[in-house]
Amino acid sequence: MLPRSAIETREELAGGASVEEYVLSLLERIRREDPKINSFITICDGPAIEAAKALDRKRREGGKLGPLFGLAVAVKDNICTKGVRTTCGSRMLEGFVPPYDATVIRRLKGADAIVIGKTNMDEFAMGSSTENSYFGPTRNPLDPERVAGGSSGGSAAAVASAFAPLALGSDTGGSVRCPASFCSIVGLKPTYGTVSRYGLISYANSLEQIGPMASNIGDCELLFDVIRGYDPRDNTSLPQKRVEIGEGGLRIGVPKEFFMEGVQEAVEKCVRDFLDKMGSLVEVEEISLPSLAYALPTYYIIAMSEASSNLARYDGIRYGLRGEDGSDWNETYCNNRGMGFGQEVKRRIILGTYALSAGYRNRYYIRAQKIRTLIREDFERAFKEFDLIAGPTMPVLPFRIGEKLDPVEVYMCDIETVPANLAGIPAISVPCGMSQGLPVGLQLMAPPFGEELLFRAGRIVEELA
Amino acid sequence: MGERITLEDLERLCWLSRLRLSQEEKVAFLGQLNKILDYFERIDEVDVEGIPPTHHVIDLTNVLREDEVEEPQPDEVLELAPRRRGRYILAPRIL
Amino acid sequence: MAEVPIRIGLEIHCQLTNLRTKLFCGCPADYRGSPPNTHICPICMGLPGSLPSPNKKAIEDGVAVAIALNSEISKRMTFFRKNYFYPDLPKNFQISQYDGGGGVPLARGGYLHIEGGKRIRIRRIQIEEDPAKLAYEGTIDDSTATLVDNNRAGVALLEIVTEPDMEDPKEARAFLEKLRGILECLGVSNGELEGAMRCDANISLGGGTRVEIKNISSFKEVERALTFEITRQRQLLARDIEVRRETRHWDDVRRITVSLRAKEEEEDYRYFPEPDIVPIEISEDFIEGIRKRLPELPDQRRERYIRQFGLQEHNAELISSDNALSKLFEECVRMGGDPIEVSNWLVGDLISFTRELGMELTDPRVSPSKIVELVKLIRSGSISTKIAKEVLMESLRSDESPEDIVKRRGLLKISDEALLRDVVEEVFTENEKAVREALHDEDVVNFLIGQVMRKTKGKADPNLTYEIVKGSLERIKGGAPDS
Ligand SMILES: [Zn+2]
Repeated sequence: MLPRSAIETREELAGGASVEEYVLSLLERIRREDPKINSFITICDGPAIEAAKALDRKRREGGKLGPLFGLAVAVKDNICTKGVRTTCGSRMLEGFVPPYDATVIRRLKGADAIVIGKTNMDEFAMGSSTENSYFGPTRNPLDPERVAGGSSGGSAAAVASAFAPLALGSDTGGSVRCPASFCSIVGLKPTYGTVSRYGLISYANSLEQIGPMASNIGDCELLFDVIRGYDPRDNTSLPQKRVEIGEGGLRIGVPKEFFMEGVQEAVEKCVRDFLDKMGSLVEVEEISLPSLAYALPTYYIIAMSEASSNLARYDGIRYGLRGEDGSDWNETYCNNRGMGFGQEVKRRIILGTYALSAGYRNRYYIRAQKIRTLIREDFERAFKEFDLIAGPTMPVLPFRIGEKLDPVEVYMCDIETVPANLAGIPAISVPCGMSQGLPVGLQLMAPPFGEELLFRAGRIVEELA
Repeated sequence: MGERITLEDLERLCWLSRLRLSQEEKVAFLGQLNKILDYFERIDEVDVEGIPPTHHVIDLTNVLREDEVEEPQPDEVLELAPRRRGRYILAPRIL
Repeated sequence: MAEVPIRIGLEIHCQLTNLRTKLFCGCPADYRGSPPNTHICPICMGLPGSLPSPNKKAIEDGVAVAIALNSEISKRMTFFRKNYFYPDLPKNFQISQYDGGGGVPLARGGYLHIEGGKRIRIRRIQIEEDPAKLAYEGTIDDSTATLVDNNRAGVALLEIVTEPDMEDPKEARAFLEKLRGILECLGVSNGELEGAMRCDANISLGGGTRVEIKNISSFKEVERALTFEITRQRQLLARDIEVRRETRHWDDVRRITVSLRAKEEEEDYRYFPEPDIVPIEISEDFIEGIRKRLPELPDQRRERYIRQFGLQEHNAELISSDNALSKLFEECVRMGGDPIEVSNWLVGDLISFTRELGMELTDPRVSPSKIVELVKLIRSGSISTKIAKEVLMESLRSDESPEDIVKRRGLLKISDEALLRDVVEEVFTENEKAVREALHDEDVVNFLIGQVMRKTKGKADPNLTYEIVKGSLERIKGGAPDS
C-alpha cells in the first residue's frame, strides 16, 4: 500500500480528523508489525496518546495549528527526549532517561508533532547496518533477511513500514543517507551547522548533523523546515542563510571517483542508467575530485579520534551502567566500560586513542585533518562549475544480516557518503530505481546551504524514478 | 600486512581509554585493528605539505554567551547517578 | 659545597571568582557554602548530548589579566580537549587550551616585577574549566568511597605559567602576593577565598633535573614546599645521588614532598581542538575597550606615589602592591594627611601593629582618620613620636580616637618652657656630680635629658629640653649668676 504523505495527513488532521485515533492506529500497527522489523527501541505510547489528546483539544479550542500538526515522528535513539529513555543502542545507556529535550525535539513539539517512539540504531551511531545495536538488528522492511542500513536503520525502517510518516536520523558519515537508500526512502544530511546538535549524543561532533527522513521529498522538506534554525545552545550553529536558486537548467557533475572502489556493478549500472535518463532534463557531466580517493580513511581517523574523547564520559558514575566496584577507580572504570560498550564501539575508541596519542597524532589525526582541507577545496572548485554533484548513495545493495563481518568491509560501505560530512555540505539520498529487486539510492550534494537546490533536483528524481 | 599494534600496545591503549577486554576480544581485535590500520596507510600517499588542517568545517568565530545565570535544576541531574550518599555522588575509591 | 643556583617556575590556577556563571554553562559560579551538587546542569555534568557555551565575560576577564601581565594576547585562540580519566572530571576530559600542535592559548609572554624590581617572565596564560571537588570518608588512604561534589566543576580558571625566573622560595611567594594584588585590583578574582588560587611549582638546582610539586594550597605552603624540596635535592646532590625527573605531591600535614607513582606520570593527554567550540578572535578594538576600562594597576600606582607624593621607592612599592593599604593611604592623603609621614606610619608601625593584633587592614578600626589625626598631633608638636606609637596601638585596640586617648591620658607634650626649666633645675639639684661631668662630656648631657624625660613620663618636648639643659650648662660654665 502507498501510505498517504505527511503533508496530506496533516491537512486531514488539521481539518478535523482525530489525532488520537490516528496515533492509536499507528501504535496498533507498530505493535503488530514491528516485532518482525525491530525499528523501535522504545515506543512512546503513553506520552504520544497524551500529546494527541492535547492536540485534539487545541484544535477544538481554535488554537493555531503547527506545521506538523498531529504528525507522528520516529526519533533516533541518540537524540535526547525528556522523560523518555535514550539508549544510543547501547547497554551503557540502557536505563538512561534524559532530564532535558534536544533542541530538535523542542522544535518538533513546538510544531505540534508527536514523538511516537525512539528508533533502533548502531551503538553510538557506529555502523552502517544497524546490526551493532545492543537491542538486536533492524530488518529491512523490503526484505527482512537484509539489513536496513545504518546507523539510523530504525528510523528508515519505521518510515518504510509506515509506522510514522516522518523520522529523525543523524548522519556522521552517511547514517541518514545509507538507511534511506537501503529502505527506499528520502534522507537528508543538512549543511553542518544548520540543525542544532544540542541534545544529539555525540559520536564525532565535527562531522555530524541531525537529518530528516521521509517517504518523499515534500515531506522531507516539511520536516527540515521545522528542525533547521539557529540555536544559541550549539556553538557551531549557523545563522540561517538560503542560497538563491535560479530557474535555469541544473548542471550536475558526477565524479568518477564515485565509481572506483568497491562499487557493485548492479549499483553502478542502475545509477548510470538513471543519470542518463536525467540527462534529458539537466546537464550531466563526468568530473574528477581526486582527493575523494582518500575520504574514507580520512573520515574514519577523524571520527574515531573524536569518538574516543566523546565516549570517555561513560564511566558509570554520574549516569549509565555501573557494575560492581573493583578494587579502585581505575578498575571500576575499566569494568563498567568493558561491560557497557559493544565491540565496534571498543574498536573505534581504541583506534581513536591510538590516532591521537603521542607519536601517532601527526601521522593520523593531523594528517587526516589536512586531507580534509583538500577535500573541501575539491568540492569548492567543483561547485564553481556545477550546481550539484551526484553519484550512488551506497556502493552496494542491501546485504544480508550477518553477511559482513570484517570491519574494513563494513567501513567500505560509507565510501560514497563520508565526503559530504568531511566538507560539511548538504547531501540527500533519493530512491532512483531497483536492481535485483533491491532499492538503489541516488545521492545529490550541494554547496553549503544548498538544501533547496537538493529538494528541487530531488523532485526531478522522484518524477523520473 | 605489518603488525602495527602489538599486544602490549593494545593493552596500553586499553589502559588509556579505560576499557577492559576479554582474552578473546584481545585476540580478535589485534588482527582487526592491524588490518584497519593497513587500510588507513593510504593517506600517506597524499602530499599535505603546507596544507592547513580543517578542525571546524564552518568559518564561524566568537560565539559567546552573556554571563547570566540560568537557574539549574540539579535534582533531576543528580538522580541519574546510580550510587549516591546524601547529595554526594559516590565514586569508587582512589588509592 | 658551593651554593648552586636555584630556578623556580610556577603554574598558578586562579578561579575567576567575580563571574556570575561557570565557564561553559549558566550554573551559578559562586558555589562556596552551597550544599553538594546543587550548582549542576546537563552541561557541567557532561550529560550525553549537552554542549558547552563559552562565557564572554570569562574571555574579557582573561584579556584584562593578560594586559595587566604585559602579555601578548592571541589574535585567534582555540579551546582544546585534554583527555584523561579521573573521578573529578565529569566528561573525563578537560576543556582547556594548548600551546602547540595548532593550539593557541589566550596569551603568551609577559612579565611582572616583584619587590626590588626583579622581573619574572610569564610564559603563557590560558582559560580552562575547574574539576569537581572530591571528598573522602575518613582519609584518602582508608576511605572505601570517594564523594563527588560537582558544584565546582566547570568554574572558570585562569592558568598562569611563569618562566623559571625565581631564585629562592621567598621570590616565589613575593610573585604570588604581587599576582594576587593585581587580580584583586582588576576585580577578576578574590584570592582570599579558599581554593580560589592554587599553585604548582617546578624547581631545579644547578641547572639539573626539573622536579614538579603539586597540591600546594596556599602561598605560605609554597614557600615551605620549595624550601623542603631544596633541602631534599641538596642532600641528594651532596651524596652524589641523581635527582629524578618526577612529579611530587606536597603533603601539608607532614610538610614533606612525596613522589607520585610512575603510572600517573605516564599520562598521554591526547590534546586536540574542541570540536564543539569555534575559535575566538580577539580584535585590537576588543583589547583597547578592555584596556580603557582597567583600573590603575599596582605598578602604575607605585609610579604615581613616587611622582605625585614624593614617596620613597620602598614605601611606594609596599603600599601600592597591597590594595587595602593603597586605599588607606589615599584616604589619608585625601583627608589632608602629609603623604610622606602617612606612608611612614603605614609601612612601619601600622602593618606590624595590625599583624600583632591579628587585624585585617580592612577592619573598620583601622580608619584613615586615626592615622591623619596622629600625624597632625605629631606635627603640631602635641605628642612625641614615642607617645604616638603607644597611642596608635591603643587606638587600634580600643577604637578610641588618638586625640581622645591623648586627652584622657594627659599625654600632651610639655612645651611650657617655665615648667620645663623647673624640672631641669630639680634634676640638676639632684645630680650635682653628673652636672659637673656634663660640662665636658656629651654622653652625660644625654643622661640629664633622660632624667628630665623620666620625671615628665616622656612628655617633655625633647628639643626644648635639650636647649634648656644645654643653656643651663653653658651658664654654669660661664659662671653667670642664676637668674
Ligand atoms: Zn552547569
